[in-house]
Amino acid sequence: MSGNNINGIIEKYRGQPGSLIHALVEIQHENHWLPRDVMHQVADALQVPFAQVMQIASFYKAFSLTPKGRHEVHVCSGMTCHLRGAAKLQAKVEEVTGIKDGETDADNRFTLATGACLGSCSIGPELIVDGKHYGRMTPEKVEAVLKQYE
Amino acid sequence: MSEIALKIDDKDIKVPAGTTVLEAAQQAGIYIPTLCHHEKLEAFGGCRLCIVEVESRGWTSYVVSCLYPVAKDIIVRTRSEKVDKIRKVIVEELMSHAPDAPELVKLAEVYGADRNRFERKESFCVVCGLCVRYCDEVKHLNAVGFIENGAERQISFIPEVAKNVCWECQECFALCPTSYAQAAYLLAEALAFPGHRKVAAARAAQKPNKSRVIPIAAVPAGN
Amino acid sequence: MPKLQSAAELEKYRAGILAKRDPAKPCIAVCAGAACDGMDSATVAAAFVAEAAKLGDKIEIRTTGCHGYCEKGPNVVVTPGDICYFEVQPADVAEIIAATLKGEVVERLVYKDPNTGAKAVHMNEVPFYKHQTRLLIGDNPNIDPMKIDDYLAVGGYAALVKALTTMTPDQVLDEVKKANLRGRGGGGFPAGSKWETTKNAPEKTKYVIVNGHEGESAAFMDRAMLTGNPHKILEGLIIGAYAIGAQKGFMYTRHDMPRLEKHVRNALAQAAEYGFLGKNILGSGFDFECELHFDVGIFVSGESSALMRSIEGHAPEPRPKYIRTSVSGIWDKPSNLNNVETWANVPQIISKGAEWYTSIGSERSKGTKLISLSGNVVNSGVVEVPMGTPLRTLVFDIGGGVRDGKTLKAIHFGGAMGGSIPADLIDAPLDFDGMSKLGAPIGAGGLLLMNEDTDMVEIARYLLDFLVKESCGKCAPCREGMPQMLHILTNMTQGKGKPGDLERLQDLAEVTGAASLCALGKTSPDPLKSMLRYFKPEYEARIPASSGDK
Repeated sequence: MSGNNINGIIEKYRGQPGSLIHALVEIQHENHWLPRDVMHQVADALQVPFAQVMQIASFYKAFSLTPKGRHEVHVCSGMTCHLRGAAKLQAKVEEVTGIKDGETDADNRFTLATGACLGSCSIGPELIVDGKHYGRMTPEKVEAVLKQYE
Repeated sequence: MSEIALKIDDKDIKVPAGTTVLEAAQQAGIYIPTLCHHEKLEAFGGCRLCIVEVESRGWTSYVVSCLYPVAKDIIVRTRSEKVDKIRKVIVEELMSHAPDAPELVKLAEVYGADRNRFERKESFCVVCGLCVRYCDEVKHLNAVGFIENGAERQISFIPEVAKNVCWECQECFALCPTSYAQAAYLLAEALAFPGHRKVAAARAAQKPNKSRVIPIAAVPAGN
Repeated sequence: MPKLQSAAELEKYRAGILAKRDPAKPCIAVCAGAACDGMDSATVAAAFVAEAAKLGDKIEIRTTGCHGYCEKGPNVVVTPGDICYFEVQPADVAEIIAATLKGEVVERLVYKDPNTGAKAVHMNEVPFYKHQTRLLIGDNPNIDPMKIDDYLAVGGYAALVKALTTMTPDQVLDEVKKANLRGRGGGGFPAGSKWETTKNAPEKTKYVIVNGHEGESAAFMDRAMLTGNPHKILEGLIIGAYAIGAQKGFMYTRHDMPRLEKHVRNALAQAAEYGFLGKNILGSGFDFECELHFDVGIFVSGESSALMRSIEGHAPEPRPKYIRTSVSGIWDKPSNLNNVETWANVPQIISKGAEWYTSIGSERSKGTKLISLSGNVVNSGVVEVPMGTPLRTLVFDIGGGVRDGKTLKAIHFGGAMGGSIPADLIDAPLDFDGMSKLGAPIGAGGLLLMNEDTDMVEIARYLLDFLVKESCGKCAPCREGMPQMLHILTNMTQGKGKPGDLERLQDLAEVTGAASLCALGKTSPDPLKSMLRYFKPEYEARIPASSGDK
């Protein structure tokens, strides 16, 4: 956790309640999760009630209130991917990682999040790890793909 | 301010522009059921029970009267086959969470709602938001807020704030249609700041008048 | 780059760009759209750049936005000649360059008809492209989105000049009204009327907004436009702001596409640098600035009033439409929101006029429409056709029919808030009102093909599952009604259907549709309604025969 960077983000938005979401996005990006005491600092600096910070942080699934894994794994669940077999792909990913949608494994290696349609439907069904797209996936290829990520 | 003429349930009404249909109806003594509405709070439009039928320039629409502003020559019907059906189904949906809430039981009688129609999920909260909004708009304390989205939406007392302000206040407990707010506070207290009540009670003793816990509303007998 | 301070300076600068460009010089355009990027077109582009560097300045390599033929990426187009190469790999690069220098074609990489084997080399011969009318997306292969000069070279910002220097705001508004431009985000509402409401609102501070959220499942054309040609949308926005009297604009888009973010940020910066944004634009006296905002990953924040709450920093809770956001929107100021594709239509309406625009399309749906073609289709991608085009053209002539030798069962429009129609309605024209009447409103334009193996009960279940997660939770009919419908449909797909389920579904669908606060809840039962209209036997089969329904 780079405390300095988080402080920098908070200072940038001090006194700007309208920038709550911007601030939280940057902190999430920097820190990979939103610790409660950091959320309090944001509430104080941006002059919004803590309850509002809590609502925003729990409303949007892009934010994490617990530490996320080193690698984010998404199985696109958009309509085309669904028609092209995303459910089977999802089941295999859950089997290989040992976790379900929204969970992080005990070693903090993977966090699994089902992603809504990412707009690359022509290469569905897709597995996205740390932003990298693995298109036209089959359950058979899952283990080899995930093995690359420690 | 200009006056607007409209009809509610065949009654001719005249009210200032900016009045909502609900306000206009109440002023004329016409009853429209509400759940999430409170005169001290901004209209919310969440429960949708105050929905009414509005006919305007040949179009019929269904709008929530707590928010819909009166307009010239509209014809409002507070009861109709469709309006009644909407209210019935909403009551049935809310009763899947709080089947014994007195207000819901009363509405169920009027609209023929079946408390067992839909799958039960006994959270006891109907997410009307009265507690959250009261604490925000009237008390400016924000000790309780909403968290999560969609069907997961729920109220949550913030322990860091609640421990300092709730025991002296307790005003949202009386607003809650299901008594869940009080239960949620007590649970938060037990888990996050047990024993704090002595401290709060001592503080309150110095400022007379307010400490009381509302008894949980009795379940109506024989229904 | 000093700011351009007049129309004359812009035209002089534009002429300068064109003078330096030799139309005979070969240019290789490598698509970096979402699907091609996912197929690692970046490595292909890098290989081209490396090879071309060895030749001095003989060949230009350009990375572009989405060409449209996503199924067959990585896509490469060589000009002059618009030669189309498909599924290009780094190993093909040397051969393509050598052939291009000689004015020849690499036969093995051109389009081949899957049935006849007939080849098509040039874009206007390839069936996928041939049947389209690419007024909006046609420029994509010619523009590097990071270079504003590329946009100027194809005539960009000429419409803005015309509007600012030869037309009054009222005249611009009139033209858009006469063109009958209807919203492309799903509402189909006349843009000109919306603009007028905002313009006439008494508040002086006004805002304009680009809704680039594109949350509709299987719709990817807005991202293709915004990533591939951000200036076209920006130009439309500035023209609209001028007509409406707005001083500030917001571009609202997704947080999960780094390339999109890069291109839009860069476009805004370059536009400001050149003087298309800021004070006294091109000496016209009109001031306008634009900010970029991101969603945080939830569908409901694509709903216009929820989006505005999100820009304000609140949770995206939609407001009931009795207070129109065009009168009271962001921070209670009049705010005009339109979809990416709607804004993209504006420059051509101003340049070529409303009369020209209304000559394209059907009686009440004018212009072209971008369609994201996907599902069980052979040729998936972003296509553009005039309104009124029969669905058959989209599905068979452009789409190439159903993949894997299966037959067509249904066509779905509008994602989770649309509907499915059976294959026998395939001659219906693409039209806002017509498709609405059939129960499959166009929505944002995501068209999915479903083959004979598709379970229509499961599809309704899947769509509700998506929406349940995306609901904000404020109003009871949506928050309660959708999960209850989902529960019943899930039971039905698992063989646990009960007597009375269809009646319960119908009541829930009716009430959720009538009483929900916003479009998400209101349209959530629509796919189910279309299923019950056209595919009811599949549903009835899941309910055990009973005596005495509830």
